[in-house]
Amino acid sequence: MFRYIVRRLLQMVLTFFGATFIVYALMFAVQDDPIQALVGEKPITDSQRAALTERYHLGDNFFAQYWYYIKGLLTGDFGTSMTNRKVADMLADAWPVTLRLSVMAIVIAATIAILAGVVSAIRRGSIFDNATLVVTLIVLAMPIVVIAPIAQLVFGIKLGWFPVTAGRDASLWQLLLPAAVLASLVVATELRVTRASVAENLRADYVRTARAKGLTGARVIGVHVLRNSLIPVITLIGVDLGALMSGAIVTEKVFNIPGVGFNLFRGIRTEDGPLVVGFVSVLVIVFLVVNLIVDLLYAALDPRIRYE
Amino acid sequence: MTDISVGLDPRAPLLHVDDLHVEFRTRDGVAKAVNGASFYLQPGETLAILGESGCGKSVTAQAVMGILDSPPGHVTGGQVLYRGVDLLKLAEKDRRQFRANRIAMIFQDALSALNPVYTVGFQLAELFRKHRGMSRSAAKLKAIELLDQVRIPAAKDRINDYPHQFSGGMRQRVMIAMALALDPEVLIADEPTTALDVTVQAQIMGLLAELQRQRNMGLLLITHDMGVVADVADRISVMYAGKIVEEAPVHDIYARPAHPYTKALLESIPRLDHKGRELNVIRGLPPSLTDIPKGCAFHPRCGYAREICRMDQEPPAYQIAAHRIARCHFIREVLGV
Repeated sequence: MFRYIVRRLLQMVLTFFGATFIVYALMFAVQDDPIQALVGEKPITDSQRAALTERYHLGDNFFAQYWYYIKGLLTGDFGTSMTNRKVADMLADAWPVTLRLSVMAIVIAATIAILAGVVSAIRRGSIFDNATLVVTLIVLAMPIVVIAPIAQLVFGIKLGWFPVTAGRDASLWQLLLPAAVLASLVVATELRVTRASVAENLRADYVRTARAKGLTGARVIGVHVLRNSLIPVITLIGVDLGALMSGAIVTEKVFNIPGVGFNLFRGIRTEDGPLVVGFVSVLVIVFLVVNLIVDLLYAALDPRIRYE
Repeated sequence: MTDISVGLDPRAPLLHVDDLHVEFRTRDGVAKAVNGASFYLQPGETLAILGESGCGKSVTAQAVMGILDSPPGHVTGGQVLYRGVDLLKLAEKDRRQFRANRIAMIFQDALSALNPVYTVGFQLAELFRKHRGMSRSAAKLKAIELLDQVRIPAAKDRINDYPHQFSGGMRQRVMIAMALALDPEVLIADEPTTALDVTVQAQIMGLLAELQRQRNMGLLLITHDMGVVADVADRISVMYAGKIVEEAPVHDIYARPAHPYTKALLESIPRLDHKGRELNVIRGLPPSLTDIPKGCAFHPRCGYAREICRMDQEPPAYQIAAHRIARCHFIREVLGV
């Protein structure tokens, strides 16, 4: 177990550098004139331009720039955004609200997916089962760039059930609609996987044994079937984190939440290399750590899996 | 918990299955898995239900336990009487009290029949916690005691192991321990040794026989293995196409089978004194349960079959001797009298 974790951590270091390198290269490649993008439509003097070029090493070649960046990163310096703010400060500002938003989205998606998935697996072919099939297909077919503004328009503005936007210190209530939108991105696949997994396990021999033991239906499902069925679902929830991160870029922009996605969106638009790379680096770390936790959880759920 | 002993008649047979009918309603039609199976079982007695795969013997056992997969399985007729109480008429809540408490079951493949993600200790202790309301620690002690009884070495250490960490024979011992946990009076063993090595088979059957003697349980042994049956059974019910075609004490059936199917089964066993001779096999396949032949279901494969066997009317149960019946028009011919 210990050796497995060490090996995974070493793999994570490699993945981390690979990912930051690619993101850095991409930002470098799309950079047209970041200084002009920074100041906007206004004219800029040659001396100002020279100072900024010097400061951000814009005159150096790609590898030199990447070297400066990594050197800073290893000493805990995420660099300075083109807006002259420390990227580390911006991260500290943005993460709390995004963390709340994504945890809410994960909880909403997992709760709905597991409850509805179990019920439709038990009642295969029922009205409920067919209704969830139709709804999940619709949700699957709608990209988040459509769902987010529609949800905001319908539930926020027309019906007025939820706050239209959420700020930096948004309450859980204000974050509910954006979190639900974000959850819709992953709930459909999680539900289908839960249903398939439970349906398969219901036919297993050990379920027959559990019933022969005179256990109640609730215990047979809730204790014997559920733990076996959740193994693939847990894995999926870990993988879904990536989808949630990319979904957060759109959702936070639509609902005006100054989180990680919001900052990334602005950084990409203003060609703010240090900001984008800094934020993506942290996202990569989060993704890697969560997937390690998921794999360890997998072993906890299924004793037949032992990592060697 | 409602008292389940109410209404039980101590003079009635321990288990009496009467004219049981089970069918499976699938998209491809209705499969008639059990078509009027009848048998009885007394305390301390071993009744073997013998038949080929798909003859309905496992389905009968599941119907008795009340654990048929439903849908598609439905009990469409008959009675399952436990000390005179028809289990089929009970509400699920009351019926559940009979499972494990009074009628317990052992399955063929212990690896798939045990839950892979819980320790054997948990799965054993669960019975005491849910049926007897014991605490976790008390239930665990009982579980260790049970593993000792089925002679699993170092039971105290193995209680926290998972099913996949046991060998095949040890896993089947765990199954037996689980079935006997609440001192049932009827034990149904569905092919208990089929998945095991021959040497282990003998050990498991020996253990079952010993525990049955100690507890004076009725054992319903479901098998296709005539060798296993000869050693442990008191009586045999031979099943074909969902019906008991012959029922007899074990020695009578081996000495003088009365039904052509039983006779064919016995002739298909390899024997040392027949070395070098070609083995008799039963020609053809068991009938499809969605399309069981009219009359005697065995007639397409039967060497004795004549016009009467193909008629609509199936052969009645002829009484040959005390405790001996056979459903065949030509018993005398088969018996050779």
